Amino acid sequence: MTRVGVVTFPGTLDDRDAARAVRLAGAEPVALWHADADLHGVDAVVLPGGFSYGDYLRAGAISRFAPVMGEVVDAAGRGLPVLGICNGFQVLTEAHLLPGSMIKNDHLHFVCREQVLSVENVDTAWTRDFTAGERITIPLKNQDGQYVADERTLDELEGEGRVVFRYQGVNPNGSRRDIAGIANAAGNVVGLMPHPEHAVEPGFGPDGPAGPRSGTDGLRFFTSVLHAMVG
Amino acid sequence: MGRVVVDVMPKPEILDPQGKAVAGALPRLGFAQFTSVRQGKRFELEVDGPVTPEVLAAAAAAAEQVLSNPVIEDVVRVADLEADAAATVVSQGLA
Repeated sequence: MTRVGVVTFPGTLDDRDAARAVRLAGAEPVALWHADADLHGVDAVVLPGGFSYGDYLRAGAISRFAPVMGEVVDAAGRGLPVLGICNGFQVLTEAHLLPGSMIKNDHLHFVCREQVLSVENVDTAWTRDFTAGERITIPLKNQDGQYVADERTLDELEGEGRVVFRYQGVNPNGSRRDIAGIANAAGNVVGLMPHPEHAVEPGFGPDGPAGPRSGTDGLRFFTSVLHAMVG
Repeated sequence: MGRVVVDVMPKPEILDPQGKAVAGALPRLGFAQFTSVRQGKRFELEVDGPVTPEVLAAAAAAAEQVLSNPVIEDVVRVADLEADAAATVVSQGLA
């Protein structure tokens, strides 16, 4: 069975949801500890949301130096699929696995909403179960969610098709060019601010076409990585 | 014991939402003369013994690698706090 590691840093709060999403997708979740410099042979890694180390320095800044992250960076370089969600995305930028940074939302408020995204790239390890241009709805909740990078980096991301998700309808935090998620050049490392792990089970996710709380668009992130292994 | 002070500021081209919020609050409190506010961070690093050039160099390296995020922030000062305090006293005396 495919084993997907879920890292817990001090302050991480969505690790259980991420592990549950992995299980619902049909894989085995493996708990990884921040102080443990060992990935225990997992086939993929999820860096879940939360406020690692309290985000006291900057969001994700201290996690980058956790022993487990040295292993994650090395393994990502060898092609291991890595998904960073919210604080996990911030950790990936601080670890230089993805370019740019996240700063405080332009309106200064914490935002929590059911967010519509367009899927711009279906060739990454985490998006191959979507169709190009598809609109999906998954929850978003953050305070430091404004994605920024210099113009040259943004042009490079656009040119190489590495903008994976864009906000639709409303840009909830002032992110440059409505960017909600990006990938590295190889497509194995993906980071996004909204939370797919909160939209994986009927009854607990956002509203969908089938009725209130029926949305499960997030599940396909986790099934995608299974198919990435097989395919 | 020596202390090194490191000041980190958001890059000029980066929107500074915190500074903007403070700038919005100032006129409401009667401080109408300030046209802009930018908010940064100050770190104080302690060492056993004096602040040598090597200590300052290490602090500068830490400032670049850990204390600041070069994508969005600039390190604007790395200084010996005692020398800096003396300088501050002098400037206050002049004022």
